[in-house]
Amino acid sequence: MKFLHEYRDAAAVEKLVREIERTVTRPHTLMEVCGGQTHSIVKFGIDRLLPAEITLIHGPGCPVCVTPIDLIDKAIEIAARREVLFCSFGDMLRVPGSHTDLFAAKAAGADVRMVYSPLDAVRLAQAHPRREVVFFAVGFETTAPVNALAVFQAHTQGLKNFSILCAQVLVPPAMEAILASPHCRVQGFLAAGHVCTVMGYHEYEALCQRHQTPIVVTGFEPLDILEGVLLCVRQLEERRAAVENQYVRAVRREGNLAAQALVQTVFQPGARSWRGLGEIPKSGLVLRPPYDAYDAEKRFGLEGHAVAEPEACRSGDVLQGFIKPVECPAFGVLCTPERPLGAPMVSSEGACAAYYRYRREPAGAAASPRL
Amino acid sequence: MCLAIPGEVLSIEGEEALYRCGRVSFGGIVKRISLALTPEAVVGDYVLAHAGVAIGVINPEEAQRTFDYLDELAALEELTETPDEIPS
Ligand code: SF4
Repeated sequence: MKFLHEYRDAAAVEKLVREIERTVTRPHTLMEVCGGQTHSIVKFGIDRLLPAEITLIHGPGCPVCVTPIDLIDKAIEIAARREVLFCSFGDMLRVPGSHTDLFAAKAAGADVRMVYSPLDAVRLAQAHPRREVVFFAVGFETTAPVNALAVFQAHTQGLKNFSILCAQVLVPPAMEAILASPHCRVQGFLAAGHVCTVMGYHEYEALCQRHQTPIVVTGFEPLDILEGVLLCVRQLEERRAAVENQYVRAVRREGNLAAQALVQTVFQPGARSWRGLGEIPKSGLVLRPPYDAYDAEKRFGLEGHAVAEPEACRSGDVLQGFIKPVECPAFGVLCTPERPLGAPMVSSEGACAAYYRYRREPAGAAASPRL
Repeated sequence: MCLAIPGEVLSIEGEEALYRCGRVSFGGIVKRISLALTPEAVVGDYVLAHAGVAIGVINPEEAQRTFDYLDELAALEELTETPDEIPS
């Protein structure tokens, strides 16, 4: 497919790897922020192509993985109501709450439907005026304008039976939290390309200066990731810290202004708790008046209450890059995609799921890169 | 979750900005994608579609850049591979 397959060309990959090898003179630890990038890295074996000096650690970049357990519980509680038609992206269905998951709720009779777009949920609300249609609005900045568009469409149509359970999170506050941690090992970031397609990257400039940490906006294909690594390593070798854009075909500095305007119309920043990371100030989006009429937590009286997370799951450490998924004692034993303990094992972009799928051979076994 | 895939806009319908839609081809598979957030998109453009909505338009000149850069690298490599021409 155009603008996709060309970026997997093996000869081009090799050229970039050689250029990286030529550039590196000392160890560097980089974090890729987005789960889509983590998935590409593990799937194509990009980390194994890189010189030993470069360590890639996987960041918090999967909105499914960071959705706190109490929101999953609320989703299940709402979905179980007889009048409710509950819509969600497929990824959320198997994420475990305190006791069960949405998939099990569906098996027990709840009307839970997997949709491809929140706009499909708006159409369902039009088609079923006697049902309460609720969409589980999970996402980073990439998805925020899409969720905003759904709410905005519902509002202009005067739909009274549509609402969203909002789990929108923002990436820069999480990067800030990671850099501020005393255990932080990150020397450079590969920032999430599609988040920047929407938001641009001017926000990262202050963050980069404050922590003297290079940030390279990076795409998702093998060539994108390798070029992102090269740009980041070059900065570290030259002891520079700047924001650079590898993903120029899809990202402009100012981002998508139409999308940002819509997000601002419908949402405002609010505190949000991240699974495994705890509460981070101003790291989420909440509906602003008059759109808060579409807030499912308010509509169904479920505001507040936090729930403890299962202790065996080390997802907090995985999401901050302190450990690799295989270092979690539960990995592959107590925790598998069929019986997940934590969200990173469920989501198609979760780091634990990626390792389970592509990295279960015994440690040290030679594996050829899959390109 | 932030997966967005490039597709070519085949046709556009809908006057009202909020409901502007396009038939978009993803390597032959055609889907209806909202163009509400990409008012600049025209037929023939490649858009990045995420959850049923185009979130950006791909810049074809910039897309060529990575490959131009690789060609440059290759040319440089040929230059530097000439043995010991410039003593260091
Ligand atoms: S392997 Fe399972 S239990 Fe361990 S951190 Fe990942 S999701 Fe949690």
